[in-house]
Amino acid sequence: MTPERTPHELSQQAQAFFATKPTALTRFLRTSIPWQMYRFLVINLKMVRIIRKGHH
Amino acid sequence: MARPRVVILGAGVAGHTSAGFLRKWLGDEAEVTVVSPRPDYNWIPSNIWVGVGLLEPAQVLLPLQPVYARTGIQFLQAKATVLHPEGIEGDPTAFVEAESTLPGKEGEPIRVPYDFLVNATGPKLAFEATPGLGPKGHSLSVCTAPHAKAAALALDEAVERMRRGERQKFLVGTGHGTCTCQGAAFEYIVNLEFELRARGVRHQADITYLTNEFQLGDFGMGGVHIQRGGYVTPSNIFTESLFAERGLRWVTQAHVTGLERGRASLEFLDGGDGEETFDLAMLLPPFKGVGLRALDRMGADITDRLFAPSGFMKVDADYAPKPFGDWRAADWPRTYQAPAFPNLFAAGIAFAPPHPISRPRQSPKGTSITPAPPRTGMPSATIGKAVARNIVDLIRGAKEPRHTASMAEMGAACVASAGANPFRGTAAAITVFPIVPDFERFPEHGRDPRHTFGEIGLAGHWIKILLHHLFLYKAKMRPFWSLIPE
Repeated sequence: MTPERTPHELSQQAQAFFATKPTALTRFLRTSIPWQMYRFLVINLKMVRIIRKGHH
Repeated sequence: MARPRVVILGAGVAGHTSAGFLRKWLGDEAEVTVVSPRPDYNWIPSNIWVGVGLLEPAQVLLPLQPVYARTGIQFLQAKATVLHPEGIEGDPTAFVEAESTLPGKEGEPIRVPYDFLVNATGPKLAFEATPGLGPKGHSLSVCTAPHAKAAALALDEAVERMRRGERQKFLVGTGHGTCTCQGAAFEYIVNLEFELRARGVRHQADITYLTNEFQLGDFGMGGVHIQRGGYVTPSNIFTESLFAERGLRWVTQAHVTGLERGRASLEFLDGGDGEETFDLAMLLPPFKGVGLRALDRMGADITDRLFAPSGFMKVDADYAPKPFGDWRAADWPRTYQAPAFPNLFAAGIAFAPPHPISRPRQSPKGTSITPAPPRTGMPSATIGKAVARNIVDLIRGAKEPRHTASMAEMGAACVASAGANPFRGTAAAITVFPIVPDFERFPEHGRDPRHTFGEIGLAGHWIKILLHHLFLYKAKMRPFWSLIPE
């Protein structure tokens, strides 16, 4: 018999069930050093563009 | 002829930035004085890491006196209490009344005359708005370095209990229906979860995010929409995903009506009541103005001419009450000059926003459960710099301020740590343009999709580390500091 779940567990289960989850590839790329070195440059460029647009 | 006197109240991001640029641009043309009740500058974004025990307070604090002594800025460690923008009868010299906070001289009155004044006093942490909230009550905070250190010590104790086999409940989020700075609560909960994993006790922890946001990912900015994976996706999807992936539970649309030991009482937007129990709670307070008063030359109270009921200073915004559908980007201030006194400016959190950014909502009981607009970090510094530029121009004869820094015309770059480790850590790097949505320019989502971006990964963590060191270097006003962007 399945043990009865507490309201807390049910709530947590439902929230997680309907949320988008990353795939294994996405999770791998998040901490892949070569990919993240490239993303470091890209993100910095995006931020510089925003900074330059903020000055009047 | 006497040099003009520029006085800056507050030495946070906005005030310190203003002071540095005023000194740099004015040289010996003017006296620059900073009045701040605390002796240190605090790089607040890194308080999160103090709060999980990865940094010590000294690593996020910078003593102000040596920096100001080296750069020729006068520093008064004092708390401003009353503005006299018209001076007093018989002497029209404007001045600020302050009380010393120097050890041994606490409460001694100080009178600081000014020709130009920048109010960059930041927020009052209004823990008293919720009974039992805050370090003097039953919850922790990461708003100041000492608060964050206390949170780290409490976390250490909780970890010890978990190692002994006790299960622990953590509650992280906002402690009132009108809180802002949800980004800090977001960073704290994901760093907490990361740290519990690093210490090998994650399996013993139930972690809940409690927020006044209508949906996760609102962040007081009405959320953002990001192009990714062939879709334009709202930020609640990304935030829910991050929480679900880490096994974090979330409770939205909540106002905390009171805290007791281990228990938070809640009121929800739909009118229902609720409760969350906890062993450790880190709940942010709402922000208010610091309580400055203003008097005219005859001594009559003119506080309501200069300040909104929230205590924040009125500037060149459109404060006329209007429904959500009538809000416009043009409502937001551009020069931060006080309409009543052209030599008075407010920068950073100290200026009164014309209205929230997120859609305002009330419970059936009339309780406002709406995030207040964020104006920390990059916008604060950008505003501080624009105010400094305008004061320089006015001193040199300009008739009116020309430099603008409207939050509806500027973007922001934000890096939210999601776990600190040079190889396994991650952070969400986010850019938005503009901060305040402009639905006339960008009808669909209010923001420019080309410049509104978000991504989580190790690169974000490296950027966060870089920013920590760059901005502390900049705050020290070492060579070439002014080349580091806001």
